[in-house]
Amino acid sequence: MAHFELDARRMFCPMPVIRAQDKIKELQVGDTLEIVATDPGVLNDIPAWSRINGHKVLETREADDEVFVLVEVCDT
Amino acid sequence: MSQQRKAVALISGGLDSLLAARVMLEQGIHVEGINFFTGFCVEGHTHAIRKQDKSKAKRNNALWSAEQLGIKLHIIDIVEEYKDVLINPKHGYGKNMNPCLDCKIFMVNKAKQWAEENGFDFIITGEVVGQRPMSQRKETMPVVSRESGADDRLLRPLCAQNLPETLPEKEGWVKRDGLFGFSGRNRKPQMELARKYGFEDYAKPAGGCCFLTDESYSAKLVDLWDARGSREYEMDDIMLLKVGRHIRPAPHYKLIIGREDGENKFLQGYKNNYITFKTMDCPGPLTLLDGVASDKDLELAAQISARFSQGRDKDSVTIEARRTNGDTTTLVVKPMPASEVNPEWYV
Repeated sequence: MAHFELDARRMFCPMPVIRAQDKIKELQVGDTLEIVATDPGVLNDIPAWSRINGHKVLETREADDEVFVLVEVCDT
Repeated sequence: MSQQRKAVALISGGLDSLLAARVMLEQGIHVEGINFFTGFCVEGHTHAIRKQDKSKAKRNNALWSAEQLGIKLHIIDIVEEYKDVLINPKHGYGKNMNPCLDCKIFMVNKAKQWAEENGFDFIITGEVVGQRPMSQRKETMPVVSRESGADDRLLRPLCAQNLPETLPEKEGWVKRDGLFGFSGRNRKPQMELARKYGFEDYAKPAGGCCFLTDESYSAKLVDLWDARGSREYEMDDIMLLKVGRHIRPAPHYKLIIGREDGENKFLQGYKNNYITFKTMDCPGPLTLLDGVASDKDLELAAQISARFSQGRDKDSVTIEARRTNGDTTTLVVKPMPASEVNPEWYV
């Protein structure tokens, strides 16, 4: 199990979702991916995408005009 | 036991594609959604940029639809490939710069490719005969099927009874009498079906889901192409067309003037790509200059920018002009009176 980060700053939804989706395809079950973004829509869209595609959101937070979403890759 | 058939549904986030997918689920079909991002999609971007919208709860309607349906959704970035659709539409444009028929053919073709790669049997859309003046007419339905290459593997569950039988119907994968015969612009049958399925909070975009159907946006795109002498664009170009007032005082440059804090902040991100103007002695907009500018042009641009600041009624406003290399010039200008801003400058 490994941890990865995705820099989605200055991207607007749905681009952060697309980038996260494409990255998660490359990862193994149990890996985690932290998406860092500036579009607050990410706080809704990544959890929604994770729910419908069977992955688990471990944490969402905001700090200094940036948003963070931590996703665990699950077996779908 | 018969094999469960699989359909890929084009999900826009609107009601029709939601219903079409729901009708297929009801017939026992395994459905997954596909949503294409062209760069011109209305939802998302302007919400993210404009400060006044940030307090509203935002959602991606395609994701919301998929969640209501309990299906997977695959969002595909087609920004680069879409350029050829927009620049060279075989079937031309609609009322504005919307190449709706070519767009639909392109998207169905992409969905067909995706279906083949992922072992899906057919494609469904929420199209309704007669609903859209360009892409959803009785005459254009077979054009989309044929030119996309999907042929009879393209099923439109909401209006299938008005169209020839498709492969899923002929093979008995879906029952034709469980499909619908909707037609025309009347939305009542869809709203009634939504009620039956318990869909309440579905998206109702007033002007469609694509900026290219918008008259003002299309005018800005044409202006951009005319000014550059080339029908090309990058993602940043199409983003900037969504933001601010666009004023072209001369053919060789255009000003993009932020209308509120969210837009000013967004435009600030382009300070290394464009000359920027900001007011120093009163609150005001962040202005970008797209093009080449002489000292005289900078002066005029500063006057126009000052006209949209809170110092518009003052005798003078101090503006800092910043070049892309970071060099700055301080200009003290008289804000241009509203009466002197030529209406023809507005793009």
